[in-house]
Amino acid sequence: MFLRKVATVVALTTLASSAWAGCGISEGRVSIVGNEFPAIQTIGAGAMECAGDGVTVEKNLTADHQKINLAGMSGNPAEYTSAIVANSSIVALINNDVIRPLNDLVEKHGQGLQKSQLVTIDGNIMGIAFMANAQHLTYRSDILDQLGIAAPTTYEEMLEAAGRIRSSGLMKNPVGGAYKAGWNLAEEFVNMYIGHGGEFFKPGTAEIAVNNQQGYDTLNMMKQLSHFMNPDYLTHDSNATSAEWKAGNVALMNMWGSRIGALRGAEVDATVVANTATAGPMTVGGGSTAAATLWWDGWTVAKNISDADAEATFIAMMHAIRPEMLNDTTSPQAVWLIEGYEPTPAAAGVFAAAAMGTKPYPMLPYAGLMHSAAGAELVDFMQGKENAEQALADLEAAYTTAAKEKGYL
Amino acid sequence: MNHKTFFWFFLPTALAMLLFIALPLTSIISQSLHTPHDKVLIVAETCDPFGCKTATSVDHEATAMLKKEKPLGKWVGLQIYFDRGHLALKEVGELWEEKSSIGDFFSNLKNLPFYRAMGFTLTFTFVVTPLVIVFGFVIALGVNSINQRLKGVMVFFSLLPMIVTPLVGSLILFWMIDSRGIIGTALQIIFENPEMSLKASTGLTWITLIVYGVWHAAPFAFIVFYAGLQTVPKETLESAMIDGASRFQQVMHVIVPHLSPLVAFVALMQLMDNFRVFEPIIGFSAEAHATSLSWIIYNDLGGETRLLSSAATTSVLTIIGVSILLMPVLVRTWREFNPSE
Repeated sequence: MFLRKVATVVALTTLASSAWAGCGISEGRVSIVGNEFPAIQTIGAGAMECAGDGVTVEKNLTADHQKINLAGMSGNPAEYTSAIVANSSIVALINNDVIRPLNDLVEKHGQGLQKSQLVTIDGNIMGIAFMANAQHLTYRSDILDQLGIAAPTTYEEMLEAAGRIRSSGLMKNPVGGAYKAGWNLAEEFVNMYIGHGGEFFKPGTAEIAVNNQQGYDTLNMMKQLSHFMNPDYLTHDSNATSAEWKAGNVALMNMWGSRIGALRGAEVDATVVANTATAGPMTVGGGSTAAATLWWDGWTVAKNISDADAEATFIAMMHAIRPEMLNDTTSPQAVWLIEGYEPTPAAAGVFAAAAMGTKPYPMLPYAGLMHSAAGAELVDFMQGKENAEQALADLEAAYTTAAKEKGYL
Repeated sequence: MNHKTFFWFFLPTALAMLLFIALPLTSIISQSLHTPHDKVLIVAETCDPFGCKTATSVDHEATAMLKKEKPLGKWVGLQIYFDRGHLALKEVGELWEEKSSIGDFFSNLKNLPFYRAMGFTLTFTFVVTPLVIVFGFVIALGVNSINQRLKGVMVFFSLLPMIVTPLVGSLILFWMIDSRGIIGTALQIIFENPEMSLKASTGLTWITLIVYGVWHAAPFAFIVFYAGLQTVPKETLESAMIDGASRFQQVMHVIVPHLSPLVAFVALMQLMDNFRVFEPIIGFSAEAHATSLSWIIYNDLGGETRLLSSAATTSVLTIIGVSILLMPVLVRTWREFNPSE
């Protein structure tokens, strides 16, 4: 009896998978590497539906994807036929020439795509974007209402609000920030520097230029904010900052749109859930540019694979982002760039960011080197061990050393 | 053993050494003397969901041509060794010229990544190694003198810190010393300082890492010394007792001299291990306060930037550092086995 049941289930599953194999692929190998947040899981699961007769689909979705995607695509044939990347991480793949232009595949199979989804460099389509992301203000409406403070629209107002919350005794350290030494700290520097109207490089060159008044103002604002943060802030990444929020310890923070859904999760205290509100990113220093960056997530196709595998990969990924995948579960997971997407409340902050004309994260071949140098060299300033000028001089020197080694200078 | 027998006996070892030691060494040394070719940059129109603009990007065909001609990359000699990320000769020279005092020079030196890492690495090595030897010895003496029945259990418990994976062990402690964790809060109450944070102060972070280092490595010294204690000759101890030596005198004049070769062994292993300190820095997210050469290699290899030549150079410098550190112990061992006539 039991065996029969098992046999039936197996038969049904096989039937189901061969039915799903109707993605229009007859054969090929699809192997996806990418990050692991819910929206990407949805994409991975969508591509898996194409597995079936002669078509293998594998996925490796992990937070460490950036450490393995380049290595996994450098071989010939490449282990991964597709990497899910963002505007910063696609650069490493382009720099090392491991992803292929998709122009012919888009022409053949990309009818459903909107022009804005195509990531193009010099006429070559290098990636297909499927969602947008940004950091923006997240605040506790109950705390602000209680003290009669309006939601801040500038970082100066955020500081003032934080001061009032602290002096009211409601919270000791009301500001949350993903300021962990390394990537996160550098990301906040990038946001704030853009908000001050700064340019990272001398126009048209790879020469860094951040040791200027905008740079000093940026660092000073970050320092002032840190006075209202948990003293361990240099060890807090987005996960730890989210945990502080869920525990009800902070009332104001600049947080990723893709993480807002989780802040209202089932395990979180009801008061926090009910009063977690979002608004667009803030401006700073009297400027009109948001102190934030816009991001897209998208997929690429490896260069070192057969054309048949590349076509299979393209079709499977197109299947994963087809308009019919949008439903009540998947829609709130991200700001989808897919046709037919209706914004949900969780997307309000990212939409506000886009509406404000927030700048995208710079997609330059050497932006990553600047980011790494900032993550390491700004720490001394945050700890009060050196002044802003010295910290920025160190950042420039560290970047220049790395850029020389990589052949950009 | 005649030469032929020796040759065949030694061959597998020699092959393994060639494969796993000599070849990788050659590879990292050659990598550290080369950098990637200069990238050929072009300005082109770049479009993404947020609009189009002209931006710099890499001309792959031109860059690939360069790479085809010289696959190893661009020969730069010792340039990477001397750049700011490593020995920073130019920067150190400038600091020396501009110094107001020797102390000032050393505090400015900490601004350069290599010297910052060396500062922590050497402090860690020279504090943790002696403490590990002392604690290991004391624990071994203690366990050795307790009741036979309890010994097995005690040996097991004493070894636990070494059994725990370093990364996991440090992560567990990381959350315990958090300002909201059990140890962090306890310290705030004990010192009556609600602002106290082990993670926010450089000094306290160093102490945390050192305490962790001792906690993790003491069992290794313990088990080596414990094994050594089983070989202490009973007759010598008994004659010392008859001569009226106290327990302390017995330890100092009989046991310690007997175990001294083991002390050299433990010191050798610990100097080597501690110089490569790495996991606790990651586990404690301590990179803001403490870095090491191994951490620099990890940082260069991970993430989006991949500074391979820099990582290779730091690896060579690590090997040189370990050799210098081990020199006194090695020389001593060599002398012991080759007594001069």
